[in-house]
Amino acid sequence: MLSAEKGKAWRNDAYAKVTGRAKFTDDLKFARMLHAAPAYSDFVHARIIRVATEAAQKAPGVVRVLTAGDVPGANRFGQIIRDFRIFADDKIRYNGDVVAVVVAETRNLAIAAASLVKVEAEPLPPVLDPEEALRPGAALVHEIHGSNLVNTHRIRRGDVHEGFRRADFVLEEEFRTSCVEHAYMEPEVAVGVPRSDGVIEVYGSMQHPFSTRRFVCACLGVPLSGVEVVGTPMGGGFGGKDDTAAIVCARTALAAKILGRPVKMMYRRDWSMRESYKRHPYRVRYKMGVTKDGRITAVRCRILADGGAYCSVTPWVTWRSTVQCCGPYVVENVHCDTLGVYTNNAVAGAMRGFGSPQMNFVVEQMVEIAAAKVGISGVEFRRRNMVRQGSVTITGQKLDKHKVAMGEVLDAVLKAADYEAKLARCSHGRPADDECYGVGLAMSYRGVSLGAEGVDSCTAIINVQADGSILLEVGVHENGQGAESAMALIAARELGVGLDRIRYRRASTSTVPDGGTTVASRGTIMGGGAVTLAARELKQKMAEAVCGRLKCRAKAVRFANDEIAGPAAGGRISFDEAIRLMFQTQRVPYACGVFKAPPVSWDEHTGQGDAYFTWVYGCQAVELTVNKRSGRVRLLGAVAAHDVGRAVNAEMVRGQFFGGMAMATGYALHEEIRSKDGRITNLNLNSYRIPRATDLPEMTAIIVENPDPMSPSGAKAIGEPTNEILAPAIANAIFHATGRREFALPIRMGALPEELPEEDCRL
Amino acid sequence: MRLHINGRELEVPEAAGERRLIEFLRDDLDLTGAKNACDIGACGACTILVDEAPLKICIKRVKDIVGHRVLTIEGMAAPDGTLHPLQQAFVERGAIQCGFCTPGMVLVAHAFLLKNPRPTREQIRKAINGNLCRCTGYQQIIDAIEQASVHYWGAEAPARAPETANA
Repeated sequence: MLSAEKGKAWRNDAYAKVTGRAKFTDDLKFARMLHAAPAYSDFVHARIIRVATEAAQKAPGVVRVLTAGDVPGANRFGQIIRDFRIFADDKIRYNGDVVAVVVAETRNLAIAAASLVKVEAEPLPPVLDPEEALRPGAALVHEIHGSNLVNTHRIRRGDVHEGFRRADFVLEEEFRTSCVEHAYMEPEVAVGVPRSDGVIEVYGSMQHPFSTRRFVCACLGVPLSGVEVVGTPMGGGFGGKDDTAAIVCARTALAAKILGRPVKMMYRRDWSMRESYKRHPYRVRYKMGVTKDGRITAVRCRILADGGAYCSVTPWVTWRSTVQCCGPYVVENVHCDTLGVYTNNAVAGAMRGFGSPQMNFVVEQMVEIAAAKVGISGVEFRRRNMVRQGSVTITGQKLDKHKVAMGEVLDAVLKAADYEAKLARCSHGRPADDECYGVGLAMSYRGVSLGAEGVDSCTAIINVQADGSILLEVGVHENGQGAESAMALIAARELGVGLDRIRYRRASTSTVPDGGTTVASRGTIMGGGAVTLAARELKQKMAEAVCGRLKCRAKAVRFANDEIAGPAAGGRISFDEAIRLMFQTQRVPYACGVFKAPPVSWDEHTGQGDAYFTWVYGCQAVELTVNKRSGRVRLLGAVAAHDVGRAVNAEMVRGQFFGGMAMATGYALHEEIRSKDGRITNLNLNSYRIPRATDLPEMTAIIVENPDPMSPSGAKAIGEPTNEILAPAIANAIFHATGRREFALPIRMGALPEELPEEDCRL
Repeated sequence: MRLHINGRELEVPEAAGERRLIEFLRDDLDLTGAKNACDIGACGACTILVDEAPLKICIKRVKDIVGHRVLTIEGMAAPDGTLHPLQQAFVERGAIQCGFCTPGMVLVAHAFLLKNPRPTREQIRKAINGNLCRCTGYQQIIDAIEQASVHYWGAEAPARAPETANA
């Protein structure tokens, strides 16, 4: 195939996946492979006295039971605070803490023996409420930390007192968001294989090979060169296969190293849901001042995030919430305090959206509440306050280095959804029959990639073989989203060659430099940037090699249609011939591109700075009915428009739209991790309800393209933006349907009261 | 005991009858296309077809397929590797992301189209309701099934062209 056919998806892994031949981690088999299973305790918060492994050790087929004492390196690790335990050592801090791993000849024997591991411990009072966790005298989850406060962030901009004084209306509300699970279809799994050269090879369902390698090496006490984490087809991640998935890999690698045999640990769904980290539940107090003419004068907010038992990436998640705490609106006076808190609940960490779905649920309802107070439509209120070209964000960043497409995506959705006409038909709590009808929308902007969270760069290697075929390797990971295909498409376009020439070489941590983690919707922009730069370097080398033959300067050479052409008519040479020429003249057609993210800045004290090097803009609308008697919400349709910079693989971009909106529907209406006394009670997919096909409406995807000057490939981001605004759009539609404002997730309507809403909600 | 899997017959000892079917297919026969994602029959990732009807095998035993014709995802494509039109439609329409639900989804759709070659999109939604997908929002899966439906029409003349949303 020369290029991706228009209107059709192109994926390098589609054939393997649709025929069942793709080998995911649990599909791998190695000679003499052992199987492992984790052992938990029933405690939620307790001081460990002893982990009794004798009975498990004697069980049939058991080869070894590993506990904290078996870890040769660091038993404690983490990306920010090293508080994660490979095995619980001093305390049980949540019900998902693993105390031991049982290794046996078969998986069933390992599982049977794991139930024989017993923990003797002194129970401690569990800290289950993030507000109470901060009170003086609260039990401490990590005594060494001195308090249950993980981190704080703040924004101090302008003068909020003055801002509220100038306001004609001051609105104050409190919102709560739920704890939700990524529910990737493939549970955590890892295989560790001891190699004859002493290296431990790790195959696993994790979305960060390099981050995983850091966990594994710390645990084993070996240098980074001593472990090779190999990219393996993966059944979804959505941000959820970092820390805790990396620890599954570390425990498995440890078993393989100690026993000298390959070891596989395939998680059951209930282990996965018990142990893996979740999306942070938030409590947000939000106060907004607005003038009669619909301008926001001030925002004061307090954000409280339940981080659960370990730090994970809570400081980074809450940082994004802080930076984006006013949505895509210009606000001169902002006072924001954000707190991440330790509790004995499930660990909270990265999940698609990374702190934005929570804040957008708040902000996109607040602007509608404010609009109604002022007496204008929510759309008009948004227009009066939204960021435009050259606007300054609440952190003081001037948006002038890319196209600010907020109005463009809003207009696209209004038109495609026929929004204004549908708004006029909403029931407002006074339906003609049992079905209340409503339409609602929400919009956001989102900083792309890591921003001031961390060092941001990515590397790509293009290695052309003697016959002109191309091996491409990039430091991004295929989570299922189509990252490899996007990289190949970007390379083919930049080099002017057919896709059939390019083979994406699945990278391992030993073959390509650490390109950071495939998170933060950064795969396409960062990996694609690196591929583009590598391709340009290769073209430069090729041009220098062939310009003599083409009788022109190297700069005048052009690459297209698998050929290299000079400016003169007829002066051309095939790509294959150019490569032959290069090898003959001892020039190696090998290029390594490094894309370094443009500079960002952050002042932790004032919360001011250029937080992200570029931003994306999105808007989504939804149409629904709410049954007056049952409260059942039925979605009738949804429309989304997102500026993606440049769509590299349009069908897969659309897939991100639909998948993100589906996941957000679950967040809005269906999903919630339920706990009793700190123990999760819905541990499988029958009781934790992710959206099914019949829960979802027909969805419309509008791809807006404004190639970004800050991105070498022009592409920006799409994974997370699609997942962060449908929940507030649904809440707004429910308000327009019923007159009821929902302040907590998931939204559970129940029967509507017979009396009519007091306030007129027709705006 | 005699099993019929993907057009091949094989003999297994009586003792194998009580084994979990998913482990038998994946571990013994290396038919790893059926995925284990929930262990309780809640997600459909392990679906195979038994006499052209979908079966979630994580909760079944080997004896449950004795005497029946079994089709797994490995048997969908032609022996030379050419994709079945339904598989081809999944590829073209972008119905595949992580791919973990794909084998089960293809087989459920195949069973459905064999019985209902002219479905509405709403009927397709209902047909795949027991199979969970976390990546796609199902939209392009439904597009693919709709596109492929014409290949199930058989000898009868097409009554109408299938609608494709968001074409």
